[in-house]
Amino acid sequence: MRSNTQHMTNGCNGRATSGAPEVGVHHHKHEYECQGVTNGHVRHSSPPPAPVTPNGQSCVGRRHVHVNEEVPFHIILICYLSYVVLILFGYMRDLMRKTGLERNTNAVERDREGYVQLYQSFESFYTRNIYRRIRDAWNMPIASVPGARITIIDRLTPDYNNTFSYPGTKTEAINMGSYNYLGFAENTGPIIENVNNTIDQYIVGVGTTRHELGTTEAISQLETLTARYLGVESSVVFGMGFGTNATNIHTIVGKGCLVLSDELNHASLILGCRLSRATVRTFRHNDMRDLERKLREQLVLGQPRTHREWKKVIIIVEGIYSMEGSIIDLPELIRIKKKYKCYVYLDEAHSIGAIGPHGRGVCDYYGCDPNDIDILMGTFTKSFGAAGGYLAGKKSLIDHIRVHSYGDAYACAMAPLVATQISSVMTTLMGEDGTNQGQQRIKQLARNTRYFRRKLNQLGFILYGNDDSPVVPLMLYFLPKIPAVIRMAYKEGIGFIGAGFPATSLTTGRVRFCISASHTREMLDKSIEFMDEIGDKLEIKYSARRRSKSEIIY
Amino acid sequence: MDLKWELKEMFDSLVSAPKYHLALEGCLVMCVLWLIFHKSYRPEASKLTEKEKEELINEWTPEPLVPDTPADHYALNPRIVTSKLGKRIVIDGTDCLNLSTHNYLGFVENDKCIESAIKGLRKYGVGSCGPRGFYGTVDIHLELESRLAQFMGVEEAVLYSYGFSAISSAIPAYSKVGDVIFVDEGVNFAIQQGLIASRSKIKFFKHNDVEDLHRLLLEQADLDRKNPKKAKVTRRFLVVEGLYINYGDICPLPQLLELKKKYKVRMFIDDTCALGVLGANGRGVVEHFGVSVNDIDMICATLENAMAAYGGFCCGTSFIVDHQRLSGLGYCFSASLPPLQAAVALTSLETIEKDNSVIETLRQNCQTMHSFLENIPSVKVFGEPISPVKHLRFSNSTNDYKHETKKLEAVVDYAQERGYALTVARYLEESEHLLPEPSIRLIVNALLSDEEMRQSAQLITQSFESVLSLY
Repeated sequence: MRSNTQHMTNGCNGRATSGAPEVGVHHHKHEYECQGVTNGHVRHSSPPPAPVTPNGQSCVGRRHVHVNEEVPFHIILICYLSYVVLILFGYMRDLMRKTGLERNTNAVERDREGYVQLYQSFESFYTRNIYRRIRDAWNMPIASVPGARITIIDRLTPDYNNTFSYPGTKTEAINMGSYNYLGFAENTGPIIENVNNTIDQYIVGVGTTRHELGTTEAISQLETLTARYLGVESSVVFGMGFGTNATNIHTIVGKGCLVLSDELNHASLILGCRLSRATVRTFRHNDMRDLERKLREQLVLGQPRTHREWKKVIIIVEGIYSMEGSIIDLPELIRIKKKYKCYVYLDEAHSIGAIGPHGRGVCDYYGCDPNDIDILMGTFTKSFGAAGGYLAGKKSLIDHIRVHSYGDAYACAMAPLVATQISSVMTTLMGEDGTNQGQQRIKQLARNTRYFRRKLNQLGFILYGNDDSPVVPLMLYFLPKIPAVIRMAYKEGIGFIGAGFPATSLTTGRVRFCISASHTREMLDKSIEFMDEIGDKLEIKYSARRRSKSEIIY
Repeated sequence: MDLKWELKEMFDSLVSAPKYHLALEGCLVMCVLWLIFHKSYRPEASKLTEKEKEELINEWTPEPLVPDTPADHYALNPRIVTSKLGKRIVIDGTDCLNLSTHNYLGFVENDKCIESAIKGLRKYGVGSCGPRGFYGTVDIHLELESRLAQFMGVEEAVLYSYGFSAISSAIPAYSKVGDVIFVDEGVNFAIQQGLIASRSKIKFFKHNDVEDLHRLLLEQADLDRKNPKKAKVTRRFLVVEGLYINYGDICPLPQLLELKKKYKVRMFIDDTCALGVLGANGRGVVEHFGVSVNDIDMICATLENAMAAYGGFCCGTSFIVDHQRLSGLGYCFSASLPPLQAAVALTSLETIEKDNSVIETLRQNCQTMHSFLENIPSVKVFGEPISPVKHLRFSNSTNDYKHETKKLEAVVDYAQERGYALTVARYLEESEHLLPEPSIRLIVNALLSDEEMRQSAQLITQSFESVLSLY
C-alpha cells in the first residue's frame, strides 16, 4: 500500500503543537504527529506574508508537516481478497454470457470481421465486470451552476448500469465534489455582469490561434494581471488547463534533459513529459529525501548509455495533489533546487486561489518568493470558476514559451468572456474591486477546511493530506465501499466523489470532499453528521489514533 | 559390512582402471575446478568514491532554462484585436474585413448564438469546476452529445473541452505501442501530437496519394505474413483529415475506404474544417462523398470553427467511442466544456439543422472567391474551389522559407492598412512533421457579398503586386 510518510526537517509549526499531549500514537518510529485535530481551540495564526528576507533565506514561517496514517495489515489483506471475489464473479459471468445463460448487454462490434481486436482483454474485463457495476457513482449529470448546492439529475438503470434513463426528477444536493474552492462558480453578481458585457463586446467564438489573430485585448490584459497577481515578471494564458501542461512542457525540456516527476503527478503533466521526449524519472510522492537521492544518483550517472551529463534537470511537482490532499514540501524543494542547480515546474492547478493568506497558492502559503520557482503553472478551472490555464515566470521564459508553444500556435485562443471572468475574480482577490469579498472568501475557505478536517478526524476517519488542504480524501480502502457511501450520500442530498482503481492503487479507494468558501456551517455539519452515521454502519472509521474529545469550534 | 565391501570394490576398480581413463577423469576434474574458480577478465569496476561523486555533482552546470528569443518574433508582437471576430474585425485600431478567422458560417455574430450564450451564463455561470466524472457533466453536455450523434448519423458522440485535445486524445486511447498507424503526411498538428502520444509505429504516406498508401499497406501485409502471431495483435489505423487545413484540399475518401476495407484497417477522420462546410447538410466529408458513415470507425471535429463555440467531439459506434470516457486523457482528466459554450454549439447545430441554405451560400462564396483569386496573375491559389480554406502563395515563389514568409507578411501588412484582415498561416517550423510552404491562409465565410469578394480580390492583387515590386 502506498503511504506517504513525510520526514520533517523542522518539527511542527506553532499553531499545531499547543494541544500536543494527546497526540503521538506511534505507528512508526519516525512518525511525528502534528495533526491539527489536537484541540479545537487552537486558532490559526496567519503566516508572515514575507516574500524575501534580507539574507536570501526566502522561505520563512511554515514547515511541511503531515503524515498519512497507515491502515492495519489485515484490512489490506481483506481488501485484496475482495478483488479476488470480484474477479472470480467476473469470470463466472463472462462464462455465463458466453454460454448464453446470461443475456449479453455489452456493446459488440458489428461489420468488422477479420479486424484485429480493438481492446486488450484485461482492461475491458475490468470495465465490463467491475467498473460497470459501480459506475452510477460517477458522471452524475447536474442541471445547475456547480456552486455550494447543485441540482443532480436522477438516473435510473434497468440493467445494472449498462444504460441509464432519466425519469425527469432531480435531487438537490450539497456540492462537495466540484473544485469550487473560492465559491466563484456563480450565475449572478458583479462578475457575471462583467462577463455579460464581454459577450456583448466580443461574442463567444474566436476561431483562430494566438499566433494568428487570437490575441484579443481581454487576453493581453489578463496576462498582465496574472503576472502581477503572482508577483512575477510575465505570464501567458491558454484556453485549456489540461492543454497548458500537455502542450508546453516540450518548450523547456527535450532530449538530453532529465525530468524528475512526482509519482502521483497529474495525467496532463505525464502526457506533457511524454511529448517532450525528455528522460523521466519518478520519485516517491512528496518525499524530498527520495527526490534528493534520485537527483544525486542521476547527476552522477548522467544520460542513459552515453553517460553524458544532463543538459538540464527539471523537477515537476504539484502544489496540492487533487487525489491526496497533500501540499508540496516547498521550502525543502527550493533548498534542493538551489543546491543542485535544477529548475522547478510547479503545477498549482488546485492550490492557486485555494491556499495562502492572499490566495496566491503554495508560495504564498509557505511565504516563499515566487521567483524561486522557475515555472509557475496553474489553471483557472478551479478557484476562478472559469476555464484555461497559465504559465508564469521570468520574461525570457515566457517569451520563449510564446514562440514555441503548441497551444499558442495551433489551439484556439482563449475566449474573451472566459478571460473576463478570470480577470474579475483576480481583481476581487486582490481587493482592487473596492470590496473585501476576496479576502473574506479566502478566510472562509481556510476556516471551513480546518473545521471539516478536524471534525472528521475526531470521528475516527483516516484522512489523507495536509490539514490546510481544502481537498479532503477520506480513506475507504475497499472499492465496493465507494459506491455504497456515494449512493447513500446522494439519498441524503450530499454530493461528493469517489476514486478507486485505476485512479488510485488497488487498495487505497477513497471518497473525496472539496471544501468551498461558499459552504455554510450547516452544510458542513450535515455532511459530517451523515459521515458519522454511515461511518459506523459501514465500519469505515479506520483510524487507530487517539482523539481529543473536546469540542471543535467552527 | 555392505559399506566396507562397496568401498573396497571402488578402490579395486580404481586400481584396475586403464590409464587413459584416469587421465580423462583427471582432466574433467581440472576443468570443473577451473570453471568454478577462474576469474573472468573484469575491468576495474568504476566505483566512484563519495568524494568523487560530490565533485561531479558540484561541477555540473546546467544549460540555461531557455535560450534567448529574438525580440522581433511575431508571437511576441501580436496584433491586438479589440472587437468581435466576426465579419469585420478591429485590429490595432483598424477596422478590417475579416478574411482570416475560421468563422465559415458567420455564426460568431448569430443573434441566437449570443442569446443562448447569455442564457447559459445566467444559468450555469462560466466554468464547470470539474471533470466530466466529478459533477462536471451538465445536462447541456448530454444534450449536445446526443444531438451531435444524431446529426452525424452515429450511435454516440463524446464531447471534449477543447478542439485540439479531441483527436490528440482519441488516437492514443486506441493505438498503443506496437500498433501501426498509416497517416497522410499533410495532417494537422493536433493529429501529429496524437501520433506521438500513442508511441505506435507511424507510417506516413504522401499527401492524398492513394497509391503510396497502397504501397505501405502491401508492405505491412508482407510483414504480417512473415509473422502471423504478431499480426494477430497488431492493430492498424488509418488517420486522415476530411478537409486539410494546411492545404485546403479534400481527402479521396472513396478510394481510401476501398483500401481500408481490403486491408482491414480502422479509419479515423478529423473533420475539423469540413464540419458544417462539406455536404448538403454540413455533415462533413462523409456526406460530401455520399459514403456510409458506418464504414468510418471514428470521426472527430472541433466546434471552434463553423460552430463558433469551443470544444471538440469524437463520434462513432458506442463500442468504439464509449471507450474514450475512461481512456481519453483529455476527456477524463480535464475540466469539462464551459456549459455556456456547449449552449452556443447546440444553437449553431440547431440553426444548420433547421435551414441548410447558409451552407449552400458558403459553398457559392467559396467558388466565387476561388475564381476571383485564380485570375490574379501574381498569386497561386491552393485548395478546392468549394473549400473555405484557401492558401495563397506568390506565383513565382522560391524555396527560401524565411524570405517567402517575409514577403507574405508584407502583403498582410499592406492589406491590413487598407482595411482587410489576412494572416500568414503560422506553423512551428521545428515541430511540424512536414512543414507546408509558406502561404496566406484565406478564409471565406458565408456573410461575404459578391461585391466584397470582388473588392477583396482586387485588394489582394494590389497587395501582392506592390510587394513584388519591392522585393
